[in-house]
Amino acid sequence: MNCIEINNVSKNYKDTCALNNVSLKIEKNKIYGLLGRNGAGKSTLLNVITNRVFADSGEVLIDGIPSVENDKVQQKVYLMSEVTLYPDKMKIKDTFRWSGEFYSGFDMEYAMAMAERFGLNVNKTVKSLSTGYTSIFKVIIALSVNTPYVLLDEPVLGLDANHRNLFYQVLLEKYSNSPSAIVISTHLIEEVSNVIEDIIIIKSGKIYKNESREELLSKGYTISGRATQIDAFIADKNVIGVDTLGGLKTAYILGTLNRNKIPEGIEVTKLDLQKLFIQLTNA
Amino acid sequence: MLLEFNDDRPIFVQIAEGVEDAILSGAFPEESQIPSITEFSVSYKINPATALKGINILVDNNIVYKKRGLGMFVMEGAVEKLREKRRQEFYNNYICSLVAEAKRLQLTKEDINIMIERGFEK
Repeated sequence: MNCIEINNVSKNYKDTCALNNVSLKIEKNKIYGLLGRNGAGKSTLLNVITNRVFADSGEVLIDGIPSVENDKVQQKVYLMSEVTLYPDKMKIKDTFRWSGEFYSGFDMEYAMAMAERFGLNVNKTVKSLSTGYTSIFKVIIALSVNTPYVLLDEPVLGLDANHRNLFYQVLLEKYSNSPSAIVISTHLIEEVSNVIEDIIIIKSGKIYKNESREELLSKGYTISGRATQIDAFIADKNVIGVDTLGGLKTAYILGTLNRNKIPEGIEVTKLDLQKLFIQLTNA
Repeated sequence: MLLEFNDDRPIFVQIAEGVEDAILSGAFPEESQIPSITEFSVSYKINPATALKGINILVDNNIVYKKRGLGMFVMEGAVEKLREKRRQEFYNNYICSLVAEAKRLQLTKEDINIMIERGFEK
């Protein structure tokens, strides 16, 4: 019951199918990575959950209650989206105050402390912030509202390396101190790979993979060596992609590896999430 | 404790090993407190469940123990225990790969012995 349940949701925009019969469960106290290529349907999915976009069919249940036009259950979910919904001329500290009016759990003290850590001047207006600081100010609100479900759509957009580092630290601190369900939609897969527990890969509006990161990564491996050798080795295997460099070949394989059957000269390494993602979602 | 997570083993294994290294080097002495799950999670930017899984290996092996409400501490006798474990792993982890590489390079047993002598003289 304590979860967001998405049942058979479809959404079309004119002739593009953004979501195609998507079913998914987002459980409490877990960090999810929502991964997908541009236009795969990530933002549409998050927008449907939060009632900003209406699905053509299917339903979303939040803690068992239909989410459409229901303010009471929507209070349990916060979506940091790519659009900034605060007035341009509003000062940051006022956006914090207003967030408190809408979300009773908003922690002003925490928000101000975070602004200080990120070096965000709360007397500036929404409009005057750079791309990076716009993301930061939205992230701070998302982490301060204390809702059981927090959805972050591209939270590190425009953040420099130092601020991204700080973001992951702050996120994990917050999550350790008061766990909630957190969904992070991002293109920076490598960075987020160790932070997330479960992975949702969405491809052309469909859920393509939905499982724990560890499980997914343990299902495959990478081998490299002389092209002729590799070709012989992969002949009967489930190959999801290959890279060639001169006479060297690297193959990405799904399946379990029999360590006793590796020919000499072939090097085996694990799959990393980014490589796996690229191979799985290539056209 | 510096971890890079660039090798092939799961991160929770590397966390456990990193703590073992720190205990062996004396950075975490016996009966001293080790960082909390949150501290591991935040400083290495890993999911707390992963950090917990790593530390639990050490708890299961009686290398660290939990003091309720206080945190985790290094067990008395942990250093000797780890040293013994690592000694047993030495052959598999180092000697086997050393011999394999030596064969690839056509180094003889005598060549290797001389190098080992040299290594100890340093």
